[in-house]
Amino acid sequence: MSTEFCAVAVTVNGKPYQREVEARLLLSDFLRHELTLAGTHVGCEHGVCGACTVLFDGVPVRSCLMFAAQTDGHELMTVEGLAPDRERLHPLQQAMHEQHALQCGYCTSGILMTMTAFLAEHPDPDEEGIREALSGNLCRCTGYQHIVDAVKSAALKLRGRAW
Amino acid sequence: MKPAPFEYIAARSVEQALAAKAAHCEGARFLAGGQSLVPALNFRLAQPAVLIDINPLAALAGIAQRDGGTIRIGALTRYRMLERDPTVALNLPLVAEALPEIAHPQIRNRSTIGGNLANADPASEMPAIVLALGGRLRAQSVRSERWIEAEDFFIGALTTALEPDEMLVEIELPVMPPRTGVAFLEMSRRRGDFALVGVAALVGFDADNTCRTARLAYCGAGDRPLLAREAAQSLIGSRVASSDIAQAAALAQTAVDPHGNIHASVGYQRHLAGVLTRRALATATERARHVN
Amino acid sequence: MVTRYLGAPIPRNEDARLLRGQALFVDDIELPGMLHAAFLRSQVAHGRISRIDASAALARPGVVAVYTANDLGDYWRPGPLLVPPPPIAGLIFNQRTQVPLAKDKVRHVGEALAIVLAESRYLAEDALADIAVEIEPLPAVVDLESAAAAGSVLVHDDVAGNLAAHVRQRKGDYAAAAAQADHVVRRRFRYDRGASSPIETRGLVASFDKRANQLTIWDTTQAPVFLRNGLAGMLGLSERQVRVIAPFVGGAFGPKIMLFYPEEVLLPWAAIRLDRPIKWIEDRLEHFFATSHERGQIHDAEMALTRDGRILGVKDVFVYDTGAYNPYGLTIPINSQCTLLGPYAIANYDSTFTALFSNKPMVTPYRGAGRQHGVFVIERLLDIGARELGFDRTEIRRRNFIAPEAFPYNNAIIYQDFAPLEYDSGNYGPVLDKALAMIGYDDFIAREQPLLRSEGHHVGIGVVCYVEGTGIGPYEGAKVQVQANGKVSLATGIGTQGQGHYTSFAQIVADQVGVDVREVDVVTGDTDQFYWGAGTFASRGAVVAGNAVNAAAKAVREKILRLAAEHFECAEQDLVLADGQVAIAGVPGKAVRLGELALKANPMRGAVRPGTEPGLESTQYFGPPRGATASGVHAMIVQIDPETFALTIKKYVVVHDCGTVINPLILAGQVHGGVAQGIGNAFYEQLVFDEQGQLLNASLADYLLPTALDVPRMELGHTVTPSPLNPLGIKGAGEAGAIPVGPLFAQAIEDALALPGRGVELLEIPLSPNRLWELTRK
Repeated sequence: MSTEFCAVAVTVNGKPYQREVEARLLLSDFLRHELTLAGTHVGCEHGVCGACTVLFDGVPVRSCLMFAAQTDGHELMTVEGLAPDRERLHPLQQAMHEQHALQCGYCTSGILMTMTAFLAEHPDPDEEGIREALSGNLCRCTGYQHIVDAVKSAALKLRGRAW
Repeated sequence: MKPAPFEYIAARSVEQALAAKAAHCEGARFLAGGQSLVPALNFRLAQPAVLIDINPLAALAGIAQRDGGTIRIGALTRYRMLERDPTVALNLPLVAEALPEIAHPQIRNRSTIGGNLANADPASEMPAIVLALGGRLRAQSVRSERWIEAEDFFIGALTTALEPDEMLVEIELPVMPPRTGVAFLEMSRRRGDFALVGVAALVGFDADNTCRTARLAYCGAGDRPLLAREAAQSLIGSRVASSDIAQAAALAQTAVDPHGNIHASVGYQRHLAGVLTRRALATATERARHVN
Repeated sequence: MVTRYLGAPIPRNEDARLLRGQALFVDDIELPGMLHAAFLRSQVAHGRISRIDASAALARPGVVAVYTANDLGDYWRPGPLLVPPPPIAGLIFNQRTQVPLAKDKVRHVGEALAIVLAESRYLAEDALADIAVEIEPLPAVVDLESAAAAGSVLVHDDVAGNLAAHVRQRKGDYAAAAAQADHVVRRRFRYDRGASSPIETRGLVASFDKRANQLTIWDTTQAPVFLRNGLAGMLGLSERQVRVIAPFVGGAFGPKIMLFYPEEVLLPWAAIRLDRPIKWIEDRLEHFFATSHERGQIHDAEMALTRDGRILGVKDVFVYDTGAYNPYGLTIPINSQCTLLGPYAIANYDSTFTALFSNKPMVTPYRGAGRQHGVFVIERLLDIGARELGFDRTEIRRRNFIAPEAFPYNNAIIYQDFAPLEYDSGNYGPVLDKALAMIGYDDFIAREQPLLRSEGHHVGIGVVCYVEGTGIGPYEGAKVQVQANGKVSLATGIGTQGQGHYTSFAQIVADQVGVDVREVDVVTGDTDQFYWGAGTFASRGAVVAGNAVNAAAKAVREKILRLAAEHFECAEQDLVLADGQVAIAGVPGKAVRLGELALKANPMRGAVRPGTEPGLESTQYFGPPRGATASGVHAMIVQIDPETFALTIKKYVVVHDCGTVINPLILAGQVHGGVAQGIGNAFYEQLVFDEQGQLLNASLADYLLPTALDVPRMELGHTVTPSPLNPLGIKGAGEAGAIPVGPLFAQAIEDALALPGRGVELLEIPLSPNRLWELTRK
């Protein structure tokens, strides 16, 4: 079926949504304005800064380079889905807090989604590996050092308990 | 930076996708990984009337090793999958070495080999890899299907030999033969950026350590990936000693056709071509000696 | 008073919201009936507008309005001059400020021609293509060196020679000093800057409630109070009718303190006219044109020296590119003039600059705000002088440091705060000592570098010094309040863009008022919550607002103690204020909670004594007499590939003296971030314009911001020379990381490649592998 509007049935952070969207609606805009999950941020809309990173079927992608229409039948996770509940934070969120790994916080959600996926695949990373994994996310405030420290700290936390 | 309106077709079969493309020709674009196309749409540099989303076509993805020493990779195979595939690591080390240089993991999670090749950015790494390996590419349309040699596929900046109604569906690459070494080296401003210059080198030896095959392919050194034929030819029959390498590097420098850009002057690109050729050949030769 | 929080590395109060994605940024605002704006922007850098026809755009479904300059009537006028030129004798200044929409002429690529209001940003962008524009192109003024030439095209038809300003500042007599010099170093230096590129671009939402008669604006601004005042004036409203809120802002770095950007002026006007809220979010492409940059200067500088390396004087003549407009006055070049003097005793100084208009986006301060240029010149002159006279680079600097007994040290010339540049305090020797120890300077020079070189590695070291003028006035204010429910609140007029004010200010309050730092609720950047203030800029937040916070918290503390003493009928000295309550020392069980006291301070019935203020609250202001000067040293070891010129930073050290430190974690973050921007400025970032004034790299793919692989791990040290200019002894640190990185790269790379020995000097920024290859080719 060819159309300028599409029906989308997508699960986000475990919750199912059904919407009718314009085909050209970017996934980043869909999440932020249609679903009002504003934790995913937009920095460039050409796939360079990484602020808009979300998990698409468990894998980090730039939501500014996808259309909402493409998510029909798929599963997404955004930063709002990371913390287990209102009281506790995900170990990487907690580590970023402890290590002062965020300043303005705008790039933070993209980094959280990128690095939680990275840690799931690389539970014991070294500094070089962390920086390489981080190199697709731009931060203009922190100079990255505390973020690297936070990822190391979170890796320890995650290895220390079943998560 | 929002895209212009388009009609969206989520393809249900290859035939349907090809029929839609044939109906609209240049007015329709295939949406695969989207990592090059969607930025162009967002900048409104491209405004196709129709977008044919081929991501649902699982049949177009996959890696298969065939008898006769080739590996066939479906065009829709994502770089993420290629990075993690043991067949690729074992049999296509040149591909495996280039993959971490391509953009970033989030991009590679969506990028497809077919989309990247069909985009034909002159600074893109994979076209040079495919050229170095002497691969071939299968194109399909409602009219026919055909194989296109890598040397005939890339014809200009962002331009391939694909007809307006054709889709790239498969890439065939030869398995690395014995006593062969490969190396891929690139110089870029930041990790993951397009190459200022990149070189893919392949050297193969016979049993008495004489060079039998050699290929040198470049990205970022022209309006399309280039082979330095004379430079490669100069190594055949030699032992690829440093003097042979130096000569090949000098020949390569004259073979490339860099256009310069805001990050690199023509002179610097040409200079890099020489330096990287020398280093890549040294590494490839060293590796060949350690392989059976 | 025992301080528990001041100086402690407290993790931030504001983090949880940000980490959960629950913090409010401007684009998160959704209002019923909201329209979206898009701007038609000029594709040419210079031209005369002959026609703009928006009729086709208006006919597009979903488009509600399209305005051009003529539609604005009397509302159209150039923006105000934000910073008038300082009182310097003989100063020439030609004010030409930005306009809401171009009329008659466009003066840079990206200048706004028309605004489209539509039901969605997507539709608004569609409509842009419908607008017919005819512009007769004119040659563009791009190259600084030809902008002033006779016969050059004029950016402003009535400004001859594109002369935006001419300023000369002098102290002593340079000519006499040079005549006596044993050695004079003379060079031309070029220093280019770039685009601040915060990850969040600019944006605003304007909403006029007709029934409440109230205009509310959410804006990514660093100066909400001034924005409120200016807009109220422009729109004919009372200040009380205008509320400006700067919510969480995703990085600012200076260009977001530029005010009365076209979009800020247009959206409220349109919102009132159309009776619908309007949102505009700058996209990344727009950011390269619509938000100010900081840009190039060319210096012809010379330094007169004695044969034992003492500076007799410096003369500097430079040109400065102010872009198409100059609303921010002369802040940047004056900073360049002043910061050039550095930590050195320079008795004779003659500095002249010419500011020139060009057909490029306007230039306003970006982290460092012109200090980089001055530091580059003096540090490079010293390096060259050291080499030519045969001194070690650190020795020549040390010989010229202002002695620790010489403070306050009056440099005489006028600084950006309109007062003579006086350094309040400083002790430069120990800062340098510490940096040299941390980088292992002596061992590197004597042992490690020769060893690595013998192994074929091209490694080099750089050490540079700087003084940073911080904490300037005019003032800031703060209101602290203990509420009847026991909560403590703080409001201040400045905004926050990542500096951690919600925590650092809370620390100050918590110490004074005796509560847990997490109990202090902080509001910044909301003009309804605090009326007065200047803004977050020039490394002044902690100094100026921090001291206002301290004064207000102290006043509340005094009220608490007085009231508690009355309550317990004891002396104030016997009281202990901690953990949210006041107790009598040594008498367990006798305590009153702060909330109870607050309730007592605001009785519902009964009489109060004359002169008493209700509640436990206080509003205080702080304005320093002048800025406090911080100082620092950066040191770096690099390795360079001699063929590709790929560069790796092996070690990076910063020692910064910013007086008393409120929160060392936050300070470290500021320094790291500043250095990262400095690295970008030195080796990655450049705005590349062609001869037609087209920006060739208007995307993050080609305007290169450093990534986690490009910024090294840094080691930080600090010394503490408190400022005598404020009760807390604080100096600023926000820009320290960014200021000296250019000359650091030049020095270290020259060393690594032994360039001076090859007849090559690095006298320009940015550098790059390509540029190094070009310079070393001959």
